[in-house]
Amino acid sequence: MPETLLNSLAGDEKILFKGPEWDYETLRRVYDAVEEIATKELGLDVYPNQIEVITSEQMLDAYASVGLPLMYRHWSFGKHFARDEALYRQGYQGLAYEIVINSSPCISYIMEENTMAMQTLVIAHAAFGHNHFFKNNFLFKQWTDAAGILDYLTFARDYVAHAEETYGVAEVERTLDAAHALMSHGVHRYARRPKLNLAEEKQRNDDRQKFAEENYDDIWRTAQLVKETASIDEKAAERELSKIRERLGLPEENILYFLEKRAPRLAPWQRELTRIARHISQYFYPQKQTKMMNEGCATFCHYEIVHRLHEKGLISDGTLLEIMHSHTSVVTQPDYDDPRYNGINPYALGFAMMRDIKRICVDPSAEDREWFPDIAGNNDPYGTLRHAWANYRDESFVMQYLSPRLMREFRLFKVVDDAEAESMVVDAIHEERGYKEIRRSLARQYDLAHHEPDIQVRDVDLAGDRCLILTHTVHDGILLDEGNTKAVLEHLSELWHYGIRLEETDVTTDKILKTHEVAAKH
Amino acid sequence: MNIIDRRPNPKGKSLANRQRFIERTKVEVKDAITDALKRRKLGDGEGGEKISIPTRGITEPVLRPARSGGKREYVVPGNKKFVAGDQIERPQGGGGGGGRGEASADDNGEQDAFEFMLSKEEFLDLLFEDLELPNLIKTKLKSMETTQLTRAGYSMDGTPANFSIRRTMRNSLARRISLSRPSLADIEEIEKALKTAEESGDAEGVTAAKLALDQARVRAKRFAYIDPVDVRYNRFDRVPKPNTQAVMFCLMDVSGSMTEAMKDLAKRFFLLLHVFLVRRYKTVDLVFIRHTSNAQEVDEDTFFHSRETGGTIVSTALEEMLKVVRARYNPENWNIYAAQASDGDNYSEDSDRCSNLLGGEILPLSQYFAYIEVGAEATLRHGFPSPPTDLWRTYASIAPGHENFAMRKVADPSQIFPVFHDLFAKDKEHA
Repeated sequence: MPETLLNSLAGDEKILFKGPEWDYETLRRVYDAVEEIATKELGLDVYPNQIEVITSEQMLDAYASVGLPLMYRHWSFGKHFARDEALYRQGYQGLAYEIVINSSPCISYIMEENTMAMQTLVIAHAAFGHNHFFKNNFLFKQWTDAAGILDYLTFARDYVAHAEETYGVAEVERTLDAAHALMSHGVHRYARRPKLNLAEEKQRNDDRQKFAEENYDDIWRTAQLVKETASIDEKAAERELSKIRERLGLPEENILYFLEKRAPRLAPWQRELTRIARHISQYFYPQKQTKMMNEGCATFCHYEIVHRLHEKGLISDGTLLEIMHSHTSVVTQPDYDDPRYNGINPYALGFAMMRDIKRICVDPSAEDREWFPDIAGNNDPYGTLRHAWANYRDESFVMQYLSPRLMREFRLFKVVDDAEAESMVVDAIHEERGYKEIRRSLARQYDLAHHEPDIQVRDVDLAGDRCLILTHTVHDGILLDEGNTKAVLEHLSELWHYGIRLEETDVTTDKILKTHEVAAKH
Repeated sequence: MNIIDRRPNPKGKSLANRQRFIERTKVEVKDAITDALKRRKLGDGEGGEKISIPTRGITEPVLRPARSGGKREYVVPGNKKFVAGDQIERPQGGGGGGGRGEASADDNGEQDAFEFMLSKEEFLDLLFEDLELPNLIKTKLKSMETTQLTRAGYSMDGTPANFSIRRTMRNSLARRISLSRPSLADIEEIEKALKTAEESGDAEGVTAAKLALDQARVRAKRFAYIDPVDVRYNRFDRVPKPNTQAVMFCLMDVSGSMTEAMKDLAKRFFLLLHVFLVRRYKTVDLVFIRHTSNAQEVDEDTFFHSRETGGTIVSTALEEMLKVVRARYNPENWNIYAAQASDGDNYSEDSDRCSNLLGGEILPLSQYFAYIEVGAEATLRHGFPSPPTDLWRTYASIAPGHENFAMRKVADPSQIFPVFHDLFAKDKEHA
């Protein structure tokens, strides 16, 4: 009792701020205190920070353009803005406290309405948690160019504006609509080229364009020749065709990339727009794969940091309580039968797993020693976590680190829903027999390759009507959504200019289960 | 670390995107606005409008798995009673029930309707778009003027109540100083000097002091402390001031012959007039008077939505309007506007009374009186004009000589705005 009294007395002198009001001086003091803990105690390694204060209106603006500070113009951003605004104005939806951008310097937006306690939380969460993750995770390192993204977005915005002036807003929108529809199939999933240097993109643009045009012209011409010789020697012709396929780079799973390089009748500016959509999609690809880890990392960091601030007497009890109040609402995980349930909350699971890793490192149980022999009791929680943040994505992270204890805590269970069966079956629950199965299945749930359909450009009818042939490899009998697919293929034919056929092929039997077709429009 | 204040940056970065979105969905938005217009109350003129449009045309499709079929597995939290091997009923229609993990999590943009708010400007722009909203500010309307007392300096005469002590004393002081009028203190000083001289027996001093005292007393008497030329009064002028309050009377025939379509036409006209008045006046009161063979003041809902049966005697509505004006809206203080909508039917014996009431009493009181005759489309589309109605004939006889009276026929919603524009155009011609 006297000790706590002493602490609070001593704390009063060191305390960084009182009351809800914030000013730049206080922000700076808090930032320095947070930085001290983040770098020295947690060992975080971050990009230089840039904190930008914005209003709630500006926050809504930022929402609308997928969180990026600058973006080209497109009606779909207006649509998102209209919806977010309506939800916000009617009080159905609050605004995020912050938005953070994977760039160097790392930009964190904080809202002027936040109290100083919230600003402290945001600085710890975004400027250090997210920032560290962006800088160190292997996916971000491999696929994104933090230093170049803002320049590239400026280029993209100006390019689109220029194209609109030259070719008309409607024409540009048609191309962009089509490219947007294919964005989730506009990423390279496997590294095959050195890291993109977005800053050099612009300079390379013209040369590439010229080369590509000559290149595919050649291909189409040859294809025509082969077709003519086919009547004389079928086998030779077939050989030639497969050679051409190889030169076309088939099969190709990055549909936007294929269109950009090979679509026969796209104008150069349309290729560039396709390319812009593809780059932006690729930029977000790591974020899609690490959502849970990224949020978990940021949440874990702010949790540790604000508690250290409190222990050091730098923030008051009241501030800590205010921060914990919003922390708790962020990491709430409603049960499956709760009306608020909307999937597994990435903040909740990420945070819980990282806290659990810390516990395993410092205070392991016998079970933990059995499941995690390499980290249990190593007494280096932050080092262990830094390793995990750097080298895993959501899927592998769950596979590696989800502990039985946590599965019990979340009361996870696995349900199998087979359309053929009469009812769904509980396949595994949080018990000895079920742990491994739940972990495997949950990891799979986080695998983008699993829940984004596996679609490839397989072939082009070279000798015929140039119809583009796509294949959807069907796993577990899950077909594509009919309406969406039809609409996307319409968009695709906008870019390809000829017919499109999408075949859904079962992975085990190779049988074609369903075919979607769109006829050539031009 | 840098902290940058972005708050002064221009707002509305998304405005251009928003306009594009509305442009893209114009057809749907306009349909929705037409719907909204029916729901909308006249008094709502100020606010934006929440509208809901079908998502067709604004979907952003993606290649994604179907919602059903195949074999799926979900890991979900919060198990309470299940053990491995339990069978669960498949939830109907998704959501809530067991095992809709990812499937419901990635549910975006699947609703049938898309709801958002239009601002007031967007609403009006779209509402009037194909009607070409004229520059309403330029239209010339005679504004009723009242006067107000305004300070206008000082005057030499006035009532005691307006007496300006400050200004009078200032003048008095200036005059006293310039004429070297001795002050009371000066005189007391001389008296004191005299006294000292007398006490000390300084005869010469006494004489000098006495002389000075006499001179001072004479001067003080000659120059008054306050002279009539000093006196000033506060002056007030009557300055004419435009009146900032208006009342709008909506008169409508609600007898059986008025169809819903006709009422809708009338409503649009009333709405326009209201929006127009709201732009010009600080406060606009609305009075709704409906009539059949007798008239009564009602609220807006009743006005537009309830049906009455009975004959049609227009003069009752005019009488009711006069009654309300006398009771609540003194023409000295209020700008009175009236719009009357009718299908033109009237009890033929009533015509004289109508023209007397309108021409003799209402028009002199009113800023403006607009009569629109709403007709079913068919009657006006034949190619030959249908014969004028009773009421039209009656009013037509009044129109000449009354600048502030106008009458028009409207048969179709698209005519409302041209008619409105025509009525309020700067150089209007009379029908």
